[in-house]
Amino acid sequence: MKKIATGNKAVAEAVKQAVPGVVAAYPITPQTEVVEQVAEFVSSGELKSRYIAVESEHSAMAACIGASITGTRTFTATSSHGLLYMHEMTNWAAGARLPIVMANINRSLGPGWNIWAEHTDALQERDTGWLQVYVSTVQEAYDATLMAFRIAEHNDVLLPVMVNLDGFLLSHIMQPLDTIDISDFIPPCHLPHAIDVKNPAGYGGLTGPDQQFRFRWDIERSMRDSVKVIAETEREFARRFGRKYGFTEDYLCSDADVIIIAMGTLGKEAEVAVDLLRREGIKAGSMRLRWLRPFPNLNLKGKQVVVIDRDYSFGRGGILATEIMAQTKEDVFSVIAGLGGQEVTYEDIAEFVRKRRIGTEFWFGVTNHV
Amino acid sequence: MFEIRIHSRGGQGGVTAARLLALAAIHDGKYATAAPFYGAERRGAPIVSFVRIDDKPIRIYSQIRKPDMVIVLDASVMDVVDVLDGLKSGGNVLVNSAHAREFKGFRSSHVDLTGIALKENLVVAGSPILNTPVIGALAKAGIVSADSAKKAIREMFSDERNVTAAESAYQELSA
Repeated sequence: MKKIATGNKAVAEAVKQAVPGVVAAYPITPQTEVVEQVAEFVSSGELKSRYIAVESEHSAMAACIGASITGTRTFTATSSHGLLYMHEMTNWAAGARLPIVMANINRSLGPGWNIWAEHTDALQERDTGWLQVYVSTVQEAYDATLMAFRIAEHNDVLLPVMVNLDGFLLSHIMQPLDTIDISDFIPPCHLPHAIDVKNPAGYGGLTGPDQQFRFRWDIERSMRDSVKVIAETEREFARRFGRKYGFTEDYLCSDADVIIIAMGTLGKEAEVAVDLLRREGIKAGSMRLRWLRPFPNLNLKGKQVVVIDRDYSFGRGGILATEIMAQTKEDVFSVIAGLGGQEVTYEDIAEFVRKRRIGTEFWFGVTNHV
Repeated sequence: MFEIRIHSRGGQGGVTAARLLALAAIHDGKYATAAPFYGAERRGAPIVSFVRIDDKPIRIYSQIRKPDMVIVLDASVMDVVDVLDGLKSGGNVLVNSAHAREFKGFRSSHVDLTGIALKENLVVAGSPILNTPVIGALAKAGIVSADSAKKAIREMFSDERNVTAAESAYQELSA
């Protein structure tokens, strides 16, 4: 059914259809509408879930961990400082192999007190063992949230999944949304190590130096296995519902001399920059990175690469640029743009490409020190 | 692509107007996005919302710099904000006003949305509802079809007076 929805509402719609047994969440701008809408679905009876209103994000994730270990489907949503406050528990969720799904509405970190889009919040969770996908439209927010449950709960994965939406730019924009009857697309949640009162077992016991690394390796093994599960799930989604997704969304890449790589809404707007550049005779393409973890194999052979990071690792560089250079062993033109919601237009993106200097870093808008 | 910037004050329904307009455009079979610009808004402060309408999916998220049309829901905003900023030459300015307004180099039209809302007693928390009548005016201006405008209003509001107000605005929009 065709309707109009914000990114936040699209996530809530998907959650309603996935029917988690437990939702535990704490509101934070610009995520609030997600938890408001889910709470409304629960209170109206449209969604038969247990909604736990917790007193903090740390507790939200702790409650999801407790619920998930019983084998029930769980969902939460947060943003920015809320995500950071969860950090101890996000590690625990992945380590305990719990397929929790979380929507994170990407927002800058303070100070200054800034509520606008930036990816640094999610990227500070990069090494926790969560799968991370970044979406760019309201439709994709809905579709990716549905798929997140199936991927997380797959027996070869059993790791939590974070669905990332740009704060305000996507969380609050209104776009067409086509909701679907998912039927049996998401099979019932089955957690092989769920608590079973008939077969008591210990959880979270002391794990010695002779064992811990095995559990760490097991996370990595599942992370590697998740590559085929993601591909399978996205293929099946396309077959049943007609919308195709992949690790990247490639736009005019095959014959391109220069490829723009970005995540989220910037990656979508980059396509408009590509059209502009092509009219000027510059053979550009856009490769919007959707999955950051697991990090896909990118084929960039013979291409010049312009990476736009809406994030930064102080003392090193743009996080995406760093990851891409590590994988491809090639230099890129690294652009730092859009921090704290800084306005970046397709015309700006086209200008980054025209003025590219491979092997250097460029901070958009910075002409001298503050 | 047709780009519209809506000027209003916080609490006047500018964001809902954008949503209604985009929904009506979608019912016309087009693609549309509606995006409020979120700053440090509070009730009464001047705010802007953006609507893009196109025959193809819309891939732009940045703000509208060169609108084809500007809608002014509260004429007093014009004292503090340059509503013509970036408006394309010959672009259209639609003002909520009982009187004609002239803007050199641009086309303009006016309709007394506040008067229409008050006549229908469409008032919430002391403020006249402007977002449903303005969709009627926009249907008259040819931005969306009248049928889609009514359909969008009925999907979002159960009170039929909203449709009556939109019909009045359709009739009363200055040529």
